[in-house]
Amino acid sequence: MAETKTELLSRSIFKRNPIALLVLGICSALAVTGQMNTALVMSICVTFVVSFSSLTISIVRYQIPNSVRIGIQITVIATLVIIVDQLLKAFLFDLSKQLSIYVGLIITNCIVMGRAEGFAMSNPPVPSFIDGIGNGMGYGFILMSVAFIRELLGSGSLFGYEVLQLTTNGGWYLRNSFLVLPASAFFLIALLIWLLRTIDPSQQEEN
Amino acid sequence: MADENPAKPFYSVLVLAFVCSALVAGAAVGLRPMQEANKLLDRKKHILYAAGLYDDSKTIEEMFAPIKTRVVDLESGQFVEDGSIDGGGDFNQVKSALTKDLGRTIPGDEDIAKLHRIEKYSLVYLVMDGGQVKQVVLPVRGKGLWSTMYAYVSLAGDMSTIRGVSFYEHGETPGLGGEIENRRWQQGWVDKKIYDQSETVKLSFAKGKAAATGEAASYMIDGLSGATLTTKGVEKLMKFWFGDHGFKPFIENMSKKESTNG
Repeated sequence: MAETKTELLSRSIFKRNPIALLVLGICSALAVTGQMNTALVMSICVTFVVSFSSLTISIVRYQIPNSVRIGIQITVIATLVIIVDQLLKAFLFDLSKQLSIYVGLIITNCIVMGRAEGFAMSNPPVPSFIDGIGNGMGYGFILMSVAFIRELLGSGSLFGYEVLQLTTNGGWYLRNSFLVLPASAFFLIALLIWLLRTIDPSQQEEN
Repeated sequence: MADENPAKPFYSVLVLAFVCSALVAGAAVGLRPMQEANKLLDRKKHILYAAGLYDDSKTIEEMFAPIKTRVVDLESGQFVEDGSIDGGGDFNQVKSALTKDLGRTIPGDEDIAKLHRIEKYSLVYLVMDGGQVKQVVLPVRGKGLWSTMYAYVSLAGDMSTIRGVSFYEHGETPGLGGEIENRRWQQGWVDKKIYDQSETVKLSFAKGKAAATGEAASYMIDGLSGATLTTKGVEKLMKFWFGDHGFKPFIENMSKKESTNG
């Protein structure tokens, strides 16, 4: 494991993307990708939680008894998530209203647990922290790509700014109602995985 | 980790639990005032939207200055003295419907907005202009297709003409029923009338576009295409809140005052 810090950071975006390669954390990827605003804030929240939970767990990794390690990891993660949720409610109220329960659900986001158990438990704090940021960014990359397509074609806007004028607002663009629904993200994520694995065949699973 | 002391898991978990709970409690208590303030500001913003007074360049407090918050006894339609129900600003109306003292059950067949319980006292917001009530903003709510929809409806001084509406909380399907948030659709409510001559609620929602002319036009609002059940819900909540269980006694009271005052 002689990876440099930049490698640690970048490998999670394309080569080892947590959503595309490991197919983790897709539940929230479905729910918050209707708009780019919410997707961006969600990505920042997840990056924050995964990096700091990895850092914390890595610092105390020799003190964690093996028999209760999952419980301890969850407690650390839950604490961070609640703090993020409270901060959002205090400072970004409108966004927290849209994200509603999904911030709370970061606790169950498999990426966070996966990095804590798979990387932070056996690596020093600094690489763990960087690995956390990298994974958060990898998650964010997929989220933003899906949100871009869903918001543009589903709501005719990007970051809330109208790009294609909708017929409901007196314009010409008839929205794609399917892309407004969370289930459409399944198809988009699948297409993205296909794309990534075509570009980089080493990601393909052997039969 | 091979020869682990069996007590170690217990105290490491205990220490962790203490640290984490201190952090969580600290965040929750420390940030509560800001969160409450945010919630209140959000409500005020929607009240201003409904009254058509919202202006991006001003602060919300500035715009809210001419608005007086009062509490009304829904049954008698009279204003309640300030302070007799705990705190005008903090009074949580929706919660009060669930309490024994401040709420009551609506008889099943009259419960058209499907609320089950309704509060006895409601907040109303009076938009004042030189001692005169220009608009009255009323909080309403009712079940749509999936969720309870919350809105403010603003009435002009004649207590029948709608000046604006703003839905501030709902869980309807985005793009279909969720279009109740669409400001363009909400524009269609402006200048419509709720009551006809005989003081019954005549306001209704068309299937698709409402007629532009004719006798019924001033009581008709566009329906939302693809969201028949949400539209039905909106129609019913209007019927309910402007009927005898809702604000009708208050509205009659206000109209009387209007006519005696000249």
